[in-house]
Amino acid sequence: MPELPQISNPLEFFLINGRAIGPQLHLILWGLGLLCIDFLIPREKSRVGAFFAVGGILMSSLHLYRLWGERLASAFYGMITLDAFALFFSMLFLAAAFLSVLMSYRYLEVEEERATEYYALILFATSGMMFMAGAIDLISLFIGLELMSISTYILVGFMRRSRRSNEASLKYFLLGAFSSGVILYGMSLLYGLGGSTNLDEIALQVAGLQDNSLVSLALFMMMAGLCFKVAAVPFHMWVPDAYEGAPTSITAFMSVAVKAAAFAIFLRIFFVAFAELRETYTFVLAVIAMITISWGNLAAIKQQNIKRLLAYSSIAHAGFVLMGLVVGTEFGVMAASMYLLVYTFMNLGAWAIVILLRRQDISGERVEDFNGLFFKHPAVAVLMLVFFLSLAGIPPLGGFIAKYFVFAAVLDVVFAEAGPHTSVLVWMAVVAALNVVVSVYYYFRIVVAMFVKEDYLPAPLSFSGGLMVVLVITGLLTVWIGIYPQPFIDLARAASASLI
Amino acid sequence: MSFFMENILTIVCFFPLLGVALIILWPKGKEHDETIKWIANGVALAGFFISLPLITEFNKGQYIDSETGMRFVFKADWIPTIGAQFSVGVDGISMLLILLTTLLGFIAILSSWTAITVRVREYYCYFLLLQVGMLGVFMTLDFFLFYVFWEVMLVPMYFIIGVWGGPRRLYAAIKFFLYTLTGSVLLLLAILALYFYQHSVTGIWSFDILAMQQLNVPMNLQIWIFLGMFLGFAIKVPMFPFHTWLPDAHVEAPTAGSVILAAILLKMGTYGFVRLSLPILPEATMYFIYPLLALAVIGIIYGALVAMAQKDMKKLVAYSSVSHLGFCMLGIFIATPVALEGGILQMINHGVSTGALFLIVGIVYERRHTRMIADFGGLSSIMPVYATIFLIMTLSSIGMPTLNGFIGEFMVLQGVFADPDYWMAAVWGAVGIVLGAAYMLWLYQRVMFGKLEHEENRNLPDLNGRELATFVPLIILAFWIGLYPKTFLDYLHEPVNQIVERVRPNEFPPLPAQTDLRE
Repeated sequence: MPELPQISNPLEFFLINGRAIGPQLHLILWGLGLLCIDFLIPREKSRVGAFFAVGGILMSSLHLYRLWGERLASAFYGMITLDAFALFFSMLFLAAAFLSVLMSYRYLEVEEERATEYYALILFATSGMMFMAGAIDLISLFIGLELMSISTYILVGFMRRSRRSNEASLKYFLLGAFSSGVILYGMSLLYGLGGSTNLDEIALQVAGLQDNSLVSLALFMMMAGLCFKVAAVPFHMWVPDAYEGAPTSITAFMSVAVKAAAFAIFLRIFFVAFAELRETYTFVLAVIAMITISWGNLAAIKQQNIKRLLAYSSIAHAGFVLMGLVVGTEFGVMAASMYLLVYTFMNLGAWAIVILLRRQDISGERVEDFNGLFFKHPAVAVLMLVFFLSLAGIPPLGGFIAKYFVFAAVLDVVFAEAGPHTSVLVWMAVVAALNVVVSVYYYFRIVVAMFVKEDYLPAPLSFSGGLMVVLVITGLLTVWIGIYPQPFIDLARAASASLI
Repeated sequence: MSFFMENILTIVCFFPLLGVALIILWPKGKEHDETIKWIANGVALAGFFISLPLITEFNKGQYIDSETGMRFVFKADWIPTIGAQFSVGVDGISMLLILLTTLLGFIAILSSWTAITVRVREYYCYFLLLQVGMLGVFMTLDFFLFYVFWEVMLVPMYFIIGVWGGPRRLYAAIKFFLYTLTGSVLLLLAILALYFYQHSVTGIWSFDILAMQQLNVPMNLQIWIFLGMFLGFAIKVPMFPFHTWLPDAHVEAPTAGSVILAAILLKMGTYGFVRLSLPILPEATMYFIYPLLALAVIGIIYGALVAMAQKDMKKLVAYSSVSHLGFCMLGIFIATPVALEGGILQMINHGVSTGALFLIVGIVYERRHTRMIADFGGLSSIMPVYATIFLIMTLSSIGMPTLNGFIGEFMVLQGVFADPDYWMAAVWGAVGIVLGAAYMLWLYQRVMFGKLEHEENRNLPDLNGRELATFVPLIILAFWIGLYPKTFLDYLHEPVNQIVERVRPNEFPPLPAQTDLRE
């Protein structure tokens, strides 16, 4: 990887390196700007903040688009990289932030929370994620992680008057801080073993040390912390509570963007730093993936609250992404990236409809609140059906393509390599496949409520321009990826190729 | 060649979508229901007519793919990275099934005219979508596309059962969905295993079914892939012991749903065995031949015995389906030329006669809102036309000579006897025929003959013109296949010979080639 030339002039140094983190800087500056003009925006016009945030995201995207062709190797002396993997995930985060902001403003008005710092925090969290995606050094990686996490802790507790939200925030914060600590402990061990914080350096140093117990300890520490961040069983306890208590728009944002960011560093650390230690972790991670998928789906069956139901389903989906990680091949990374891409849109779409149902004094969270939706708003119900079918993995929708690649990645390894670790992979594939059936069962509880039950609650839905845009974009992409996935596959392949 | 004939399969497959679009875009309001019905019927009938050139042009040289012998082949890249193609083409087997689908699709839609009164617009949308999925399954030559179509039909069928069904419709609908889906996800893994095996041998990423049929998969792998595929298809067929979703789905589904379920949907499973499982995994099929034949025979006998005990007409017909499909599976698994051809013909026969029987049950259900056998009796004097049709279809179902069922069952049994190792299967199969005659004739006797004991049955109107129209094509087909099956069998010789050659090479003389196909 060619380094940037050493530059003596500090101004020039910052100009050149700053360009590489331009998209992040855009978000941060727009966020800060939003905080500065906050006092100028009257309370009842808080949606100005949303459009301000959208402006920031669009500018950031523009910058990202221009960086796409350049492929700068790395910046800040090997702290940040701009490979296709980083760009792919940055794009994903920006898309998720864009859609989340658009679906937020009306929701916040319904909840009577009018504050522009909400949007500033989303921008900060997104920039943290983009740092995570580009980090090739433990330090920058951890800073990005904390920037994202701390912003999210606040956002989860954003509804100050709601006890549920406060509880969720505290729970998320305590467990999140603990898991960050565990990750940090693993990092410190790695630094001691490798003598460097650079992932490539560490990879070289630990390559021959499969049997070293300290290396294993570091690896499993990081694995545990990251499993917490991506919400894999048994580190998932915080998810249902945090997802239920958080403002729904933040839940949506967390379930796609925060999860994807955690997976980005998970993939980066395990495929760069631990590239040579695959045998050590394949079995454990495969078992975690199996349990995650099964438990997430089984626990979702009994839920009466749609937010908890989708929270458990998002746990199961994390298990599917983990499958791509477990196989440890380029194909696996591609499958995980593709899955996260599709998941972002289909899941945000489903959450957008949950937000749409939050109206007047109706929480819109109980399964019964979906009753008869089809008769009153057929288009909304059909869209929800599309999102659910896609989440379940029924063709010809995007979710099927995502699941297809995960299964294909697993079987690819099974056929390419013989060995003891492949049998656990076969079992993982079978368990995951059967879980598709389970997931249909609980998704269809909502479908039945929407299409068969007839007692519709008469209050009008909380439509807004932004939410309509979100529904159109997510709906179109979910169907498009299912019918013609080729361009998206090319993106995911470029991302995976650059990581390995 | 015209554009139409070049793309005929694609057009036939997606034509129903035109109806869906029209129905969705049509102005809202209950007063348009009549128009919606006309649109749906018109599209379905037109769909049948545009599929007719498949049979008339079938043997024209320019539509025959010289390499594979498939007709009307059309290929286009779909997802180049994984080698999935949009690739369609038919041989004799799939051509007959496609025509059966377009015909029965129309008949089912026509039969719903007065039965469906609520949510009319949606109902016809689901039916037409279902049609797309079924047609796609029968014509695709790409395994990935096959899976997509295979799954696409689940959701419309779920709604047809779940919205317009009987009292336990939600239970039946989700049971149907989950059972089928369980099979299909394992089928997906089997498909992927084949796909990666093919790549490891040839270096090509492709889902081409015809190419996979040329593979020689090693035995241990074949067994695993076979088990995956077997579950996928056996649940769909359904074979004993995977049949438990079927009676529930049939009993709860609206009449037209039952018709399409019995006549077409179940054929997707048997078609899967014929097109995929047998030619791709011949050794594994022969390895499992004993348990497979045993399951088929158990299905025949068990289905017949349970049918005999039913008090509900529809449930009786549903179990008779299990029994009849046992014959199909018997003929298919034994894979001697005559039995296989009989099994395939039996698929068509079952579509015709069981489809008609479900219509027949639906007619009295619509008039009386009960299907209990005990609520009827002596109907033959009140509804003579109905009684005649019922009789024809009963006889067709029990395999009376001159009607279609006889030809199919006879060929299956004859074909099983051709292989001396498994003649016992034929003996048990013959027992099944006797039982079949018993429960069907007993049903007919209890419903049609005897004294009219229920006064409310006295004024039941006989069939009206529309209802009669749904039966006429089926009766014609029943007699045609029964009296002159050669018309249909001629299309089957070539593909059947190919499959037998693959499964049991050099054991049996091929079926006589018909007069030269290529004009």
